Order: sequence, then structure tokens, then C-alpha cells
Amino acid sequence: MQTIRKLVQAVWVFLINGFWGFPITGNLYQGPLKIICSPGLNCYSCPAATTYCPIGSLQQLLLSVRFSLQTGHYYIGTYVLASMGLLGASFGRFICGWACPFGLVQELLYKIPTRKYSVPVALNWFKYLFLLVFVVILPLLLVDQFGLGKPWFCKYICPAGTLEAGIPMVFLIPDLRTTIGFLYLNKICILTGVIIWSVLASRPFCRTMCPLGAFYALFNRVSLIKLDLDKEACTNCKACHKVCPVEIRFNETPGSGECINCMKCMTDACDFDAIFVNVAGYRLARTGKSRPVSARQS
Amino acid sequence: MKRKLRKTPFILLGFFLLLWLVGISLGEPTRVLEQAKSICLECIGIG
Ligand code: SF4
Ligand code: SF4
Repeated sequence: MQTIRKLVQAVWVFLINGFWGFPITGNLYQGPLKIICSPGLNCYSCPAATTYCPIGSLQQLLLSVRFSLQTGHYYIGTYVLASMGLLGASFGRFICGWACPFGLVQELLYKIPTRKYSVPVALNWFKYLFLLVFVVILPLLLVDQFGLGKPWFCKYICPAGTLEAGIPMVFLIPDLRTTIGFLYLNKICILTGVIIWSVLASRPFCRTMCPLGAFYALFNRVSLIKLDLDKEACTNCKACHKVCPVEIRFNETPGSGECINCMKCMTDACDFDAIFVNVAGYRLARTGKSRPVSARQS
Repeated sequence: MKRKLRKTPFILLGFFLLLWLVGISLGEPTRVLEQAKSICLECIGIG
């Protein structure tokens, strides 16, 4: 199953970064597909990006809300928020585990053999702060004399933007090199820190910093497709605790917002068929058969 | 404990679908497309 997941992750990387004409055009993709929301964190200024980044676009709309209202438009982030909500309500954090390019990057870095460390649980809350403060509050409230704010998360934090857009665009457009300054170096330092941390710990960015992961986490318990626990089948053997890449005890906290739904516990650990994919209340059996949970328990 | 069809995801999907249609009717996708087509200097780290 984990091989299939890696393949799916790779397919998503190429689907949302499918414009390979940029070395010829010398610019990023500018076609109509960019009206589609990227499910995972993927900078829309990446020269190969074919979709828009929900976190980047949401900030851009929020920072210019006043300006937009003054000019008679109602660009208040409705479309972007709704696109994120549709994805979250359908898949929850399955997106983090199966479709996020920056998640895949971290997983590959973690394969580098070194001593490994865990991530303190308290740090998990920071991603919600990044979502609330850097993506919503600061862009909306801290505005200049023209009523325009800044995309705080993109500008000061986002390591995905630095990796996917900052570095390649500076190579692609030589004129940009002359404008490199403190902001660029700050972002390179954050990216370097995240890369080193990802070698030492499993998916640290997803767990502690990612605002998109924080948003999808809100839906993990209620999404249309979710991982669930059959309490009667669970023997509390704790095998699932040992394989989890984000250090969750699945049988103690099924539906946790921290779970990236990689399904490792279900396919590689649990021998008792206690963990299953729940689609709208129906158990998706490993055999591919779908039957109501109530039928199984009656 | 008996389980049956979960309604919450459908309520959420309905709500966000409605919101999505509102966003479209307000012309927001055009604005999103405009932004996504141009280089975001802040994302790169030079804006
Ligand atoms: S609890 Fe299971 S599905 Fe969730 S992240 Fe851990 S191993 Fe993956
Ligand atoms: S591996 Fe399965 S049976 Fe064991 S504790 Fe986890 S869910 Fe329960």
C-alpha cells in the first residue's frame, strides 16, 4: 500500500506541476488551468505549476479586501475558501498523505539515514496559529495607506514557495537576482531549517507549520472519506502506535487532526482488521467490498 | 453502537458548494486566475 501511495504522490506532483515548457517560454504557466485549486501546498509561482495555491490565493484576496470593496468588487476569498472546504470535507487530511508535493519532499528527506527524533506534541498547535495569524489576521488587518496588506505566510515563512518558486525563478529570470536581499535570505534560512528538520524528524512542517494541513485537520473527523476504528475488533495490541509517521496512537484517537491518513497503521500494522476506510458511514473493505458498518456490527 | 449513513459530510459539502457558486457569481475566479498567472514576488522572497 505504501508503494501505491508513493506512486499516487508522484502522480500528483506531476499533475499540479505539469508545465515543462518553462525553460522555453522563460516564464511560469499562464493558462486557464490555474483557475483550479491545488489540493496540496504547491506554490503557484513555481514555473511548472498548473494550479493555484489555496493558501497563497486566500492571502492575496484577504490582503486586498478593502481595495476590492472600494472598487465595487466582492473578492473576499469565497471561491478559494469554498474550494478548500470542498476538498477538506471530501478527503480531510488524505490530501496531506497522498497528494501534497511538499509532504512527499519531507518523506524522501526522512529516508536519509541518521539518528531520528520525535516532534514535541505541543508544537502541533503552531500550525493553527500560522493559519489564523499569518494567513488570515495579519493580511486582513495590517494594511498600508492604500488599504493593502501583505501575504505574511508567503512573504516571511513558506518554505514550499522558496523551494518551488524562489530558487527556480531566480535561475530562470536572471534580472531577479539583483533584487535578492534580506527577505530572500530569511526564506532560504527557513527552508534550510525545514530540510534539516525533515531529515531528523518525520514530516515536521506538516505537523507544526502547515496552514493548509491545519485547515484540512478541522475536517478529519467528519470528512466524507476518513479512517475509522472498529472498537470491538481492536485488541489494544498497540501495533499501530509503532508504525505511525506522525506519532499518533490511532486506536486511542481515531479521527485525530494530526493523522495524515497514510493508512500505514491499517495495512502494515493492524492484524485484527480494526482500522478501516469509512466512506459516509460505510466500511470500505480491504477486499474492495463495501458494506454498512451497522451490518458488520449487527 | 449502531452506525448509519453519516450526514455531516454532505451538509458540509452542500455548504461549501453553495459558497463556491457564490464565489463564481461574484467573479472571483477571474481575480484568482489573474493572480496565479503572474509571478508572486513575495512567494519568491523578493517582494
Ligand atoms: S494514524 Fe495511521 S493513517 Fe494516520 S498518520 Fe498514523 S499511520 Fe498514517
Ligand atoms: S494495531 Fe489494530 S488491534 Fe492493535 S491497537 Fe492498533 S487498531 Fe487496535
